[in-house]
Amino acid sequence: MKGTASPGRDGMGSKILRELVGSPSSLIGLVICVVVVFLAIFGPLVTSQDPYDLSKLNIMDNRLPPGSVGIDGAVYVLGTDGQGRDMVSAMIYGLRTSLLVGILTTALAMVIGTTMGLLAAYKGGWVDTIIMRLVDLILGFPMMLLALILLAALGPGIDKVILALVAVQWAFYARTIRGTALSEMNREYIEAARCLALSERRIIFRHLLVNCLPPVIVISTIKVAGAISAEATLSFLGLGVPITKPSLGLLISNGYRYLLSGSYWISIFPGILLMLTIFGINIVGDRLKEVLNPRLQENKAVE
Amino acid sequence: MLVFILRRLIQSVVVIFLVSILVFIGVFSIGNPADILIPAEASQMERDAAIKSLGLDKPMYEQYFIFLSNAMKGDLGRSFVFNQPTISLITARMPATLELAFCALFLSLVIGIPLGMIAGYKANSLLDRTIMTGSILGFSAPTFWTAILLIMVFAVGLHWLPPSGRGQLGKILGITTSLATWDGIRHLVLPVTSLSLFKISLVTRLTRSGIRETLPMDFVKYARAKGLRKSRIVFVHVFRNVLIPIVTVVGMELGSLIAFGVVTETIYAWPGTGKLLIDSITRLDRPMIVAWLMITVMLFIVINLVVDLSYSLIDPRIRLQRKKS
Amino acid sequence: MMQDQSVLAVEGLRSHFFTRAGVVKAVDGVSLHVARGEILGIAGESGSGKSVTAFSILKLVDPPGRVIAGRVDFGGQDLLSCDEESIRRIRGKRIAMIFQDPMMTLNPLMSIADQMVESIKAHERTTRAAALARCAATLEKVGIPDAARRLLAYPHQFSGGMRQRVAIAIALLHKPDLIIADEPTTALDVTIQGQILHEMRQLCDELGMALIWISHDLAVLGNLCDRINVMYAGRVVEAGRAEDLLERPVHPYTRGLVGSVPGNSRRGQELTQIPGMPPNMLDLPDGCAFRPRCPRSGDECAMEIGVRVLGDGREYRCLHPHLESGK
Repeated sequence: MKGTASPGRDGMGSKILRELVGSPSSLIGLVICVVVVFLAIFGPLVTSQDPYDLSKLNIMDNRLPPGSVGIDGAVYVLGTDGQGRDMVSAMIYGLRTSLLVGILTTALAMVIGTTMGLLAAYKGGWVDTIIMRLVDLILGFPMMLLALILLAALGPGIDKVILALVAVQWAFYARTIRGTALSEMNREYIEAARCLALSERRIIFRHLLVNCLPPVIVISTIKVAGAISAEATLSFLGLGVPITKPSLGLLISNGYRYLLSGSYWISIFPGILLMLTIFGINIVGDRLKEVLNPRLQENKAVE
Repeated sequence: MLVFILRRLIQSVVVIFLVSILVFIGVFSIGNPADILIPAEASQMERDAAIKSLGLDKPMYEQYFIFLSNAMKGDLGRSFVFNQPTISLITARMPATLELAFCALFLSLVIGIPLGMIAGYKANSLLDRTIMTGSILGFSAPTFWTAILLIMVFAVGLHWLPPSGRGQLGKILGITTSLATWDGIRHLVLPVTSLSLFKISLVTRLTRSGIRETLPMDFVKYARAKGLRKSRIVFVHVFRNVLIPIVTVVGMELGSLIAFGVVTETIYAWPGTGKLLIDSITRLDRPMIVAWLMITVMLFIVINLVVDLSYSLIDPRIRLQRKKS
Repeated sequence: MMQDQSVLAVEGLRSHFFTRAGVVKAVDGVSLHVARGEILGIAGESGSGKSVTAFSILKLVDPPGRVIAGRVDFGGQDLLSCDEESIRRIRGKRIAMIFQDPMMTLNPLMSIADQMVESIKAHERTTRAAALARCAATLEKVGIPDAARRLLAYPHQFSGGMRQRVAIAIALLHKPDLIIADEPTTALDVTIQGQILHEMRQLCDELGMALIWISHDLAVLGNLCDRINVMYAGRVVEAGRAEDLLERPVHPYTRGLVGSVPGNSRRGQELTQIPGMPPNMLDLPDGCAFRPRCPRSGDECAMEIGVRVLGDGREYRCLHPHLESGK
C-alpha cells in the first residue's frame, strides 16, 4: 500500500478501518458497536411499545416467557417482565440509558481530566502539587468503591450517576495527559510558541493539547465500556439510575428477583445485551490501541 | 529497611487522618439518619431524646472531634442500627470478606499467569488470539452479571452448587474458614469464580505483555547462549522479570477485590463486610459507614506496604536502595 | 590453508530476516575458519552481519530471522543440523559467548553467584558449594578481587568494566574450545578496554582457547588478533593475517576503514573517510555491495565476484584491488 495512500486524515482513517475489518474478532466487535449504536438511536422507532408509559402496560401479560402472545395479540419475542412490559422494548430503552451514561461520563471526564492534566503540567508548582495529590488519592482507591460512596451521598438519578463516575474517572485522564504533556513541553515547538509570546491559553489548548490528545482518545473508547459496566453495577445495587428510567443494569436487577422462580428471561436477556455491548466496545478499543499506539501499556487500558 | 517502614507508617497516619475528615464530611451529606431510625409515630420529645442520645444534635465539627478522640482509643463508634460497637461488627465479618478476596486472587494468579505465559510465548498464534479474545470477554462481563449467570446455570439449572450463603466452617491452622469443609468449599466456588473472572483476564493480559517485553531482552538470549535449559530460562529468568508488574497490579487489585466483594457478597448473601456496607448505606447507619471506610483504608495501606516490601524481595536494586536510605 | 586444525569452520552461511518490509540478507554467504588457539577478528560497520554471523553459529538467531543455508563444522559435527538439546550442550560449555552490553546481558534480578552457578549446573552435576568455589576462582582469574564476597552482589553493583569481566568469567567457567565475543569492549572506557584486551590475549594463550572477536574498531582488532575478516553487507570482503591486512589492505573498503583509523595514518596525512552511506540492507545492489561507494568501481562490478587468493594467503572479493606495493 505504500506510496498510494496520502498522509492526510483520509489515509489514516481508511487504514484504521482496514485494520478493524481485517481480523475476525475485531470485525465482530465493530459490527456489535454499529448495531448497538443504531439500536440506541433509532430503537424507539422500532419498538412495539413505550416501556415507560405505564398506561400501555397490561399487568395480565406479566412474566410471559419468550415468544408468547399477549392478551391483546401482541407478540413478545423475548417475553415480558414483572409488570407485563415487552422485554425487547425495555432492553432497547435500557440500552439508550446505558450508552448515554457511558458516553457522557467518558466525554465529561476526558474534558475535565485533560484540562486539569494540562494545567498541572503547564503551571507546575503548587497547582501541580494540589491536582496530582488529589489524583493520587482518587486513583489509590478502587473506582467502584468511591463511586458507591459518592452515590450514597448524592442519591439516585442519571445525572448523579454521571457525576459520581466523572468524579472518579477524570483523575485517570489527568495523570495520563500530565505525563504526556510534560514530555511534550520540552519539545521545540512549545519553546517556539513561547518565544512568539502567544497567550498561555493558546499555547495550552492549540499547541499542547493537539499533541497530547491522540493516545487519550484511544484509551477513552475502552473507558466508555468501563463506565457502562460501572453504571450497571451501581444500578444493580440500587444506587444508580431511578426505577422510572431503567438502564440495562437496573433491568437485570429487576429480573433478578424472579430468577430463582424460573423466569430467567427478565434478567438474562438484558444481561446478554449489556455484555455484548461492553465486549464490542472493548474489542474495538483494544484493536485501536494496538493499531494506533503499539507502545501503549496494556495494563493501563484495562483498569 | 526499618527506617523505610517507619517513614511509611508516619505517612500512613497522615493519610488516615485526612481520609477520616473527608469520610466524615462525605457521610454527613447522606440524608438524615433521624428520619429513618426514629419511628414516624414518635412524639417530638421522644424524637429529641433519641437525636440527643445518638449525638446528632451537636454540630458536625464537634461530632468529628468526639469521633476522633474515641478513634484514638480504638473505638470507632456504635452502630445506630445494631447498637453494638462498629469495630466488633466489622471484624466479625472481615474473615468472610478476606477469604473471598484471597481465594479469588489466588485463582486469578493460578489461572491468569499460565494463560498469559502461553499467550506471550505463542504470540499471534491462534491459541494466543483465542486467549486474548477470551480475556476481553472476561473483563467485559460485569462482576454482578457473571454472578447471576453462574447462579442461573450451576445452582438453578444444574443444581450442582448452592446459590448463596457461606456453608459450614472449619478450622485450618487455627483459622476459621470455609476451605476446611466440603460444604464450605461448595459454597465458595461460585462467588470466588465470579469475583475472579475479571482479575483472571487482567493477570493474563499483564503476564502476556510482560513476557512480550522481556523475551527480546539481551539477557534472555544470553541465558540461551550459556546453554541453560529452556525451563530454567522461562521459569527463572523471564518469570522473575514478569513478576514485578504483576505484584504491583495484584496489590492494587486486592483492594478492588475487597471493594467488588460488595457486589458479590450482596448477590450470594455472603456474610461479609461488603453486604454490611450496602445495608448500612440503605439504612443510613453513619457510624457503620465511617468505620467501614476507615478500616478499609487501613487495610489498603497495609496491602500497599506489603506490596512495596515484596518488591524488594524480587528486585535487588530496590532492596539496596533502601538499605542506604 | 589451516582448515585441518580448525576448531570451527563456517561454510556458505546464509541468515536472512523475513520482515514485513522485505527480506534482509543479513548474512549472505559467509565462510570463515578459526584454528586452535587462534584469535580471529571480524570487522565491519554496524549492520554488516557480524553479530548475526556469531548468533548463527550457535543457532541463536530469533525470528523473523532464520539460517537458511550453510555448514558450521565444529569438531566434525555440523552445528546447524543439531537438534535443540545437542546444541544446548555445546552452548556455554564448548563454545561460549560474550555479548556487547554487560548491562543488558546479566539478569538484573539475580545475584552473580546464581548466574554463574546456573551456568555450571546447566552442563555438570555438582554441589552448589563446589560450583561456588569454582566461580570464585574464575572471577579471581579475570581480575576481580575479593571474589567470594563479590559473588553475592548483583549486576548493578558492578561497574561496566567489572560486569564485562564477570561475563568473561562466565565464558571461561567450562574452559571452552572457542569463545565468541560480540563487541565486548565497545561500551567500556578506553583504558579498561585496553586492560581487558591484554588479559584476553593472555587467557587465550594460557588456556589454548580460540577466540572470535567482533568489533567495528580495526585498531582494537589489530592489537589483539592473529587474523582479521572484514565484513560488508553480509559478506566477508577481505580476510588475512592482521598485520598484512592493516599494512596493505587490498579491498577498497578495507582500505577506507584502515585509512579512517587515526593510529594507522602517517603523521601529517589526512584521515580518509568512506564516502556515501552504509547500504540499505533491504535493497542491495547486484554484485559487489560496496560498488556505489567505491572510487574504483565500474559496470563490471555488478557481476557476482568470487573469492580471490593472494600469495600470503589473503582472500578478497574485488575486481579492482589495491595490489600496487606500498600505500
